[in-house]
Amino acid sequence: MPIFLGPQSIVTPMQLVFVQFMTGLASAASLFLVASGLSIIFGVTRIVNFAHGAFYMLGAYVAYTLTEQLSGAIGFWFALLAAAVIVAALGCLLEMVLLRRIYHAPELFQLLATFGVTLMVEDLVLLIWGPEDLVGPRAPGMSGAVVMFGKYIPTYDLFLIALGPIVLVALWLLFHRTRWGVLVRAATHDRGMVAALGINQKWLFTGVFALGVFLAAIGGALQIPRDAVNHSMDLSIIVEAFVVVVIGGLGSTTGAFLAAILVSELNAFGILVFPKISLVLVFLVMAVVLVVRPWGFFGKPQPPQATAVGNTVRPWRPLNRTELTIAGGVVLVIALLPFVLGNYALTIGSEILIFTLFAASLHLLMTVGGLASFGHAAYFGLGAYGAAFAATAFGMPMVVAILAGPVLAAFGAAIVGWFAVSLSGVYFAMLTLAFAQIVWSIAFQWVDVTGGDNGILGIWPDAFASSPSGFFWMTLAFAVPALALLQMVIFSPFGFALRATRDSELRSESIGIDRKRTQWVAFVVAGAVAGLGGALFAFLKGSVFPDFMSISVSIDGLVMVLLGGIETVLGPIVGAIVFKALSIWLISQTDYSKLVLGLAIIAMVVAFPKGIVGTLADWRAKFDARRARKLAGGVATAAVAATVLGGVVGTATGTLTDAAATDTSHRNVAHRNASHQEIDR
Amino acid sequence: MTRLLEVENLSKSYAGVQAVKGVSFGLDRGEILALIGPNGAGKSTCFNMLNGQIRPDSGAIRIDGDPTLGLPPRAVWRKGVGRTFQITATFGSMTVRENVQVALLSHTKALRRFWGYGGAADIAEADRLLALVGMEIHADRAAAELAYGDLKRLELAIALANEPKLLLMDEPTAGMAPKERIELMRLTAEIARREGIGVLFTEHDMDVVFEHADRMMVLSRGVLIAEGPPTEVRRDPQVQAIYLGEGLVYDSRHQDAPASGSTAQEAH
Repeated sequence: MPIFLGPQSIVTPMQLVFVQFMTGLASAASLFLVASGLSIIFGVTRIVNFAHGAFYMLGAYVAYTLTEQLSGAIGFWFALLAAAVIVAALGCLLEMVLLRRIYHAPELFQLLATFGVTLMVEDLVLLIWGPEDLVGPRAPGMSGAVVMFGKYIPTYDLFLIALGPIVLVALWLLFHRTRWGVLVRAATHDRGMVAALGINQKWLFTGVFALGVFLAAIGGALQIPRDAVNHSMDLSIIVEAFVVVVIGGLGSTTGAFLAAILVSELNAFGILVFPKISLVLVFLVMAVVLVVRPWGFFGKPQPPQATAVGNTVRPWRPLNRTELTIAGGVVLVIALLPFVLGNYALTIGSEILIFTLFAASLHLLMTVGGLASFGHAAYFGLGAYGAAFAATAFGMPMVVAILAGPVLAAFGAAIVGWFAVSLSGVYFAMLTLAFAQIVWSIAFQWVDVTGGDNGILGIWPDAFASSPSGFFWMTLAFAVPALALLQMVIFSPFGFALRATRDSELRSESIGIDRKRTQWVAFVVAGAVAGLGGALFAFLKGSVFPDFMSISVSIDGLVMVLLGGIETVLGPIVGAIVFKALSIWLISQTDYSKLVLGLAIIAMVVAFPKGIVGTLADWRAKFDARRARKLAGGVATAAVAATVLGGVVGTATGTLTDAAATDTSHRNVAHRNASHQEIDR
Repeated sequence: MTRLLEVENLSKSYAGVQAVKGVSFGLDRGEILALIGPNGAGKSTCFNMLNGQIRPDSGAIRIDGDPTLGLPPRAVWRKGVGRTFQITATFGSMTVRENVQVALLSHTKALRRFWGYGGAADIAEADRLLALVGMEIHADRAAAELAYGDLKRLELAIALANEPKLLLMDEPTAGMAPKERIELMRLTAEIARREGIGVLFTEHDMDVVFEHADRMMVLSRGVLIAEGPPTEVRRDPQVQAIYLGEGLVYDSRHQDAPASGSTAQEAH
């Protein structure tokens, strides 16, 4: 029986294209609002605000609650606006309480702190609004549809389509026709100069941040008549907003507008035209744009970042003989753990060991090479899939399969790295993120080979490693040489070349160092070691899933490195152990582990920006200096200080901090300071 | 025998502005050549073209007869060109000694090695170079904590690490105390003459130029307007008008008190 569907019933290809096009445009509006806010904030404060997605989500939730309370057309629209204002006020608060403290920190820390905020908001939303998706009301007066080209187009979509250009023009007027806007543009060009002209930068920054957050929140609020409000909308929008901002050019609203349309249309038509690669499409386009136009459509080349290298830098040195002995002792103690610990603890132990590999490999890129990859999980995942293919499809024995992982990962890293090392800073981070998403999408959508979301199951270890203790020993046997290898690379001539490219591209190129080649090699080495971690992880879990290379895994890696201490050599190992143990413990203890973790990350960034190892090294330096003052001339006695951090643990940490701090030079400085002071007296 | 450095008809324009127009000159081994001119005359552009950081629109550069036009800085370095920067560029997170070691390792093409401790390589040679520029007492300090004058000296040590034939020094003494300036250039001149290194440097301090340069060139609006021994160039009326000013402060003062160390009048 034919059902009357009105104009809808006969669909010509042109109509289908038209409908998709309009849907795309409507989606572009919210995306543009969020992305322009992100772009404006970055332009002035140079903060890549990861929490932007969280504000978008908050905007939607608050708007939902307000629309529940307020009725009628006026009530509805007032609710949307009020929601955005409330969230913008929260943004102000965040800027004043948190961001003001970290404007001068390296941009990675800002990203991390705002990521911590995102984690907290996710759990707070869960606490306040519960886990269910919430369906908001239709927009009063716009719940119908208009017939265009014989198809129904929702009135609300038309409203959104019109809103985009209106906001663009309003922003243009704001930035070109008001005193405040002109100041903001001036600050975008040269913050120092604006400050020198007697403008109160603090409030300018706060104002800009509030505006950006307002745009994000209104973007979220406007979504409630279209989509259910849910607690994963923050991450999905932030990734898309990053893509938009990067394609459009950081700091450009016009760029964000065009890129938002491009991305939304790609999403709308991708499903229609390339259903098999719909998820990849956007990131593919972004990767192409970044390779062809590294600063996006309307972006300008960034001035070189004010690097994290400051006066407090302690040049690195490798472990000396005593410390190597201590390190060997620590490994021995770890190797004896299976005689003490139970099966559950050993399985967690194996996981922690695997993540030390992951963190240490990222550290090589990030700390030694100065290249903060936001998609390092891709190589972890490639390693896992490589091992899984080798074991299941080709039936290779476990150890061979584990070695196949790093090979696939290194291969992937070689391709991605080739493009990525042309960029630096935020753009490098975004391109690596884009490639990681591409790899993730392939794993997710190429179901015939990868099993898609179901993953690949049945990757069981050989008999000798099938018990938790056996597996732990095997993991240790892979991890220790790999970590030692990374240490060797860091202090090898190649490691020096890599640090040279990080410290000064100008200087390194003018003494014959090929920056791109050096960084590319580091990218491949880091990818291979991460791949080894992934391969081990595949056998630990007995299966692989696309989630192994999700953004959150990449972010976990960054947190581990920063937690350990960005300026240190052994930081990532400590960071991985503490972070992984803490997060596993938190998940077992509380339902709101993200809240605690987010808070911990923020506290760390604000209070201990040098990380665990860096902070310990500072304490030790102070201790050494005091001791050196007391025992003038006693160089030998200062060595004793190494072990005096308290008990056995102190000895271990002493070793760790020592690798971060130079022995001789640092103490010499301490001595010089001491003697200066005596002369002064 | 070809000259150490031959530059022919070098030109570069940025968005319609002709920064450097048809500059030609040569430099011999062991010769010290100063390039002066008002700000914006194109000195730095010239320098950056010579070491490959900027690609000229036209012209030719030959080092020891080898054409180097279009080569990236690292390849020009391999031809035996050491360079210091107007705003110093060193490896801040490394010690002073390690800074020199990296340059030495690069010179011996050992930077591709994944084994061995880079900090243990070429210590003796690194310390010799540091002693040469008077930086040996700072060898174990982080470069990031050095004073500006010390950074300039470190840059010189780095530039000397590949046994260069040619040193390019962009304002080598800017930001240094008067006494340090004279000292650094005296040292540079001594090394250059002893080892037969050609030195091209830009400088605003006329004391330094007249004291140490064998020859000088004056660049104005991208064009070389004078070239020759300092004593001659300084009397050139065009140069006086454009750059030195007409007071001839230097002359009178220089005759009264030869190494007074005070700066000559600078016209910007």
